[in-house]
Amino acid sequence: MALSSRHLLGLQGVPREDIQTILDTANTFREILERPIKKVPTLQGKTIVNLFYESSTRTRISFELAEKRLSADAINFSVSVSSVSKGETLKDTMKNIEAMKVDMVVVRHSAAGTPLYLTKICNSNIINAGDGTHEHPTQALLDMYSIRQKVGRLEGLKICIVGDIAHSRVALSNIFGLKTMGAKVSVCGPSTMIPRDINNLGIDVIYDIDEAIQENEVLNVLRIQLERKAREYFPSIREYAKYFGITQERLDKNGKDILILHPGPINRGVELSSEVADGSSQIILYQVTNGVAIRMAVLYLLGTLN
Amino acid sequence: MKIVLKNVDIIHPGENINLKATSVLLTDGMISKLGELTNDDISDAREFDYSGKILVPGLFDIHVHLREPGREDEETVVTGCNSAATGGFTGVACMPNTEPAIDSAEVVKFIKEQASNHLVDVFPVAAASLGRKGEIISPMAELIEAGVVAFSDDGVAVKTASVLRRAFEYANMYNAPIIEHCEDESLADGTMNEGINSTLLGLPALPSVAEDIIVSRDILMAEYTGGRVHIAHISTKNSVNLVREAKKKGIKVTSEVTPHHFTLTDDAVKTYDTNMKMNPPLRTQEDVIAIIKGLKDGTIDCIASDHAPHSIEEKESEFQLAPNGIVGLETIVGLSFSELVHKNKISIEDLIRKLSINPRKILNIPIPKFEVGAIANFTIIDPDLVWTVDISKFKSKSKNSPFDKRLLTGKAIAVINRRKMYFDNQWFDLSGA
Repeated sequence: MALSSRHLLGLQGVPREDIQTILDTANTFREILERPIKKVPTLQGKTIVNLFYESSTRTRISFELAEKRLSADAINFSVSVSSVSKGETLKDTMKNIEAMKVDMVVVRHSAAGTPLYLTKICNSNIINAGDGTHEHPTQALLDMYSIRQKVGRLEGLKICIVGDIAHSRVALSNIFGLKTMGAKVSVCGPSTMIPRDINNLGIDVIYDIDEAIQENEVLNVLRIQLERKAREYFPSIREYAKYFGITQERLDKNGKDILILHPGPINRGVELSSEVADGSSQIILYQVTNGVAIRMAVLYLLGTLN
Repeated sequence: MKIVLKNVDIIHPGENINLKATSVLLTDGMISKLGELTNDDISDAREFDYSGKILVPGLFDIHVHLREPGREDEETVVTGCNSAATGGFTGVACMPNTEPAIDSAEVVKFIKEQASNHLVDVFPVAAASLGRKGEIISPMAELIEAGVVAFSDDGVAVKTASVLRRAFEYANMYNAPIIEHCEDESLADGTMNEGINSTLLGLPALPSVAEDIIVSRDILMAEYTGGRVHIAHISTKNSVNLVREAKKKGIKVTSEVTPHHFTLTDDAVKTYDTNMKMNPPLRTQEDVIAIIKGLKDGTIDCIASDHAPHSIEEKESEFQLAPNGIVGLETIVGLSFSELVHKNKISIEDLIRKLSINPRKILNIPIPKFEVGAIANFTIIDPDLVWTVDISKFKSKSKNSPFDKRLLTGKAIAVINRRKMYFDNQWFDLSGA
């Protein structure tokens, strides 16, 4: 039941058996989360550092909870960009942390490839909690887990990822993971937010949200980054909401009961209307709970490998 | 002192010289006899047997960064020249993106002073605009008088078409080329070539069209003003085609390519190795094929290293945060022979044109003469020497090379210039007794 790698850097190239193992293991932990006492001694004595170079409340809390529920010692190391600019290199920071005898490092960084770089300079297990616009594997795993729970399968599943595909680590990890599990993946969004060569990944591109709703069983709707550079890629929030936002009216028009995922936090009234966000077809809060179980599974599988 | 270079094949494409297994006698660093030597000639001369080696006019790198003044921790004029000599070069043109920029006669004089006792000739390229800011042209007349050979805002393109126009017009009074780093600023916030690999790696991308747009602009402006443009480190298929068409129309355009742009593709970035990060970025196989074609048909005039030393601290970092560029002076000959000559893409004569004759022509620098009475300016190359790149042995202060441990065939083994000789890690003064 062991994984084929001692790190989780992304889902590109991760074999089907590994994803299967993680999803199955998450099942066990999902049960534990429903118990009155939610803690197991599995990783007692292990030290895990959450190294966050980018602020992320929910991913960090999710990992921290997962670590604590596995009885690991969790340490948060949040580095603001300002203190980085004061001088310590990532390599020095990592060497210092490792000198304190840690076992695993969960890393979030704005630069793609940072988790891979860490594997070259230290011996800890490295878990990618999001690197730039590259990958966010635990998010994709929890998305797949949630879909599997609700729909019962991933093989042959028709799923569309909606939004800013070009600047999304969630999109890329989902594409890799879902393809490996045999799903039929498409993407939908304004053409400026679709990477030029995405066809090479063997996925369809749809520019019409109604078509995306009609053709698929599941939509994974990404958060539109209103505050960042991504804002330059579409004319206005109003136009985005009108042509790519998912409203109850639009769902009704297409007469579809479609499963809707969202990695959060939601921009209500932009990519999802409040009605849809709170409606019966969405599983957003369910995803959040599953996130802890998935991260427990990953930490357990990697942490007991050594 | 007298030295004899024996049994060497002499190739000088500029003078149509191609002699097999012949000899050269140098007296005090000057050519005193070529061809058959008598016993008298070689008595009391130090002999070098160069059987199987070739002797060519000293190589010239039209695009290097010597970092001095400003970043002496990465390279100095002297260490850069040491690196050049080791790589087989007797002359270099150094780019102006120093701190301060080469935009005043004082900085030019300082750099020339640093190089004054070296075997390697250093020709500064001055900024095209003051401070390389793209606002007002640099004091070109004064800079030419101080000894610069071209103008460039390298690192970036000349910012606006209007400043570029003035730069062409003004520099043209002195027949000096504008060397352009072609990259449209508004498309330039990436770290690697845009394509499937940038998507897979999640890295911000630099589209090839950013280069093509400025190549187009520059060619049109060169045509309009009658100015001379030299396209630095060409890297895309479309840019090669644009230069080819412009040359056909008689527009004064020349171009150079780096060894990494004809050797590697953006597949090499897959490991996020910061030594694969350069600007222009590594492109695709399609671009490499177009570049080789451009080298073959003369669209690309020169091979240049774009030698860009960076400190270990700066390169040992997250890919997106690492600086662009690699050191190249000590691998350019080996890569050119391995990838071009030994793979039958271009002849040795053509390679020597691109590594020695053409860069000097573009910069209006005299080409070394192979005649009695001329100061010897030679590079001696063993085209068949198989060697392994070892960055720890680099003479450059910096070690940021993507070619460490690469097996190459062909290496410069000695250089002679300014009455000095360098071989086997040793410097010799040829003028002394």
